[in-house]
Amino acid sequence: MIETLKLEKAFGYRQALKSTTLTVDAGQVVALAGPNGAGKSTLLRILATLSRPTRGRVAINRIEIPEGAMAARANIGYVGHQTLLYDELTVYENLRYYARLYAIDKSDARIREVAKQVGIEKRLTDTVRTLSRGYQQRAALARALLHRPRVLLFDEPWTGLDQNSSSVLNAIFENARQSGITVLFSTHEFERSLNAVDRALILRNGKIVYDGAKSEWNDAAGFAQVYAEQMGARKV
Amino acid sequence: MNFFRQLFAILAKELAVEFRTREALSAMLVFALLVLVIFNFAFELQGIDIKILGPGILWVAFCFSGILGLGRSFARERDKGSMDGMLLAPVDRGAIYLGKAAANFLFIVIMEAVTLPLFVILFNASVEWFPLVGYILLGTIGFAAVGTLLSAIAASTRMREVMLPVLLFPVLIPLLVASVKITQGAFQNLPLSDYQGWLNLLIAYDVIFLVVAYLTFEFVVEE
Repeated sequence: MIETLKLEKAFGYRQALKSTTLTVDAGQVVALAGPNGAGKSTLLRILATLSRPTRGRVAINRIEIPEGAMAARANIGYVGHQTLLYDELTVYENLRYYARLYAIDKSDARIREVAKQVGIEKRLTDTVRTLSRGYQQRAALARALLHRPRVLLFDEPWTGLDQNSSSVLNAIFENARQSGITVLFSTHEFERSLNAVDRALILRNGKIVYDGAKSEWNDAAGFAQVYAEQMGARKV
Repeated sequence: MNFFRQLFAILAKELAVEFRTREALSAMLVFALLVLVIFNFAFELQGIDIKILGPGILWVAFCFSGILGLGRSFARERDKGSMDGMLLAPVDRGAIYLGKAAANFLFIVIMEAVTLPLFVILFNASVEWFPLVGYILLGTIGFAAVGTLLSAIAASTRMREVMLPVLLFPVLIPLLVASVKITQGAFQNLPLSDYQGWLNLLIAYDVIFLVVAYLTFEFVVEE
């Protein structure tokens, strides 16, 4: 579960997030849309404990951050713009390294399980550098899922993914929903990303300007219309 | 217990990445060799007492070469975004610092283990290996401790290649002076009491900077 109350983040004089209040329940899959610079990545980085908020309250699974960041981190799986993997190491070595950081018992079995889940089990002995962008993203997903997090935060996870990799992502979302895992992801690709969601938010200039359930817009085309209205209604 | 497991995981990863790429080690070794060769030619050391000048030459080689390795320590993490991977994990920031500092210490020691015999050969120096090696390791602890912290600070700036030496060298002055003095003591076979004060200063420097860096690392790496 994700909760924020009047969350603000400033970089010098630039206000990246303005009084953002948001609740995402356990088992919900929520998309976060918005133009470049709207504050999507900043919001996700704060929720992932990578960045401290300037003001406001944040809680992950009812653990307040930054105060309880250490405990919250065990509940968070994050995929950012970069894979966060070491190019020189194999996929297996990367996952074993992260398994040690997350103090995962029986890490070998868990690595093979999660590798199978994202369809990278045959590439475990390949160095990350030699993988295609799609497989690197799968490896990044495996890293994020390795410690069985209760909250998944993905920053534009469709970037560079082919159709097969996209289906892996949709399967992860569906599995998360059934397992009561909270998912919040940012996206620019409505066609591919909105099938599996329960709800979508639009962030603009650091503020949530739209928060609607899937029943309000039905499909990607419907959401694109809502998005266009929100973008047109308020000039930057 | 997890603290030490995570620390050793970070150290093992650092060693694995470096031994695959040899990015930092090869640069450090080549640079150290160049420094020694340049000093050898520049001073034409016949007639000059190597027991007085040698320690300075040695520590200049260690310091300038070591900084190349320290510069890569966090720059590599920032370039690939893998620093975020470490910060995302429920790992004490002190364990990250100590893991990185231990790796940097080992890389510098490897460079020193090659540089010191080369120095002895190039400058035809006769040295007592004990306690010299111990003193060099003591100086290297402080160098790696403060260098790792400042490397993390420099890596988050735009001009990190310039920033690291600018930040590091002023802070290293007490360590360098103390290290050169006790190395001179070892070269000249002086009684320990002649340079005990410098040795105490070096030990105090190591302890203070290890503790300060351990405690402040969290604020350096988090946004």
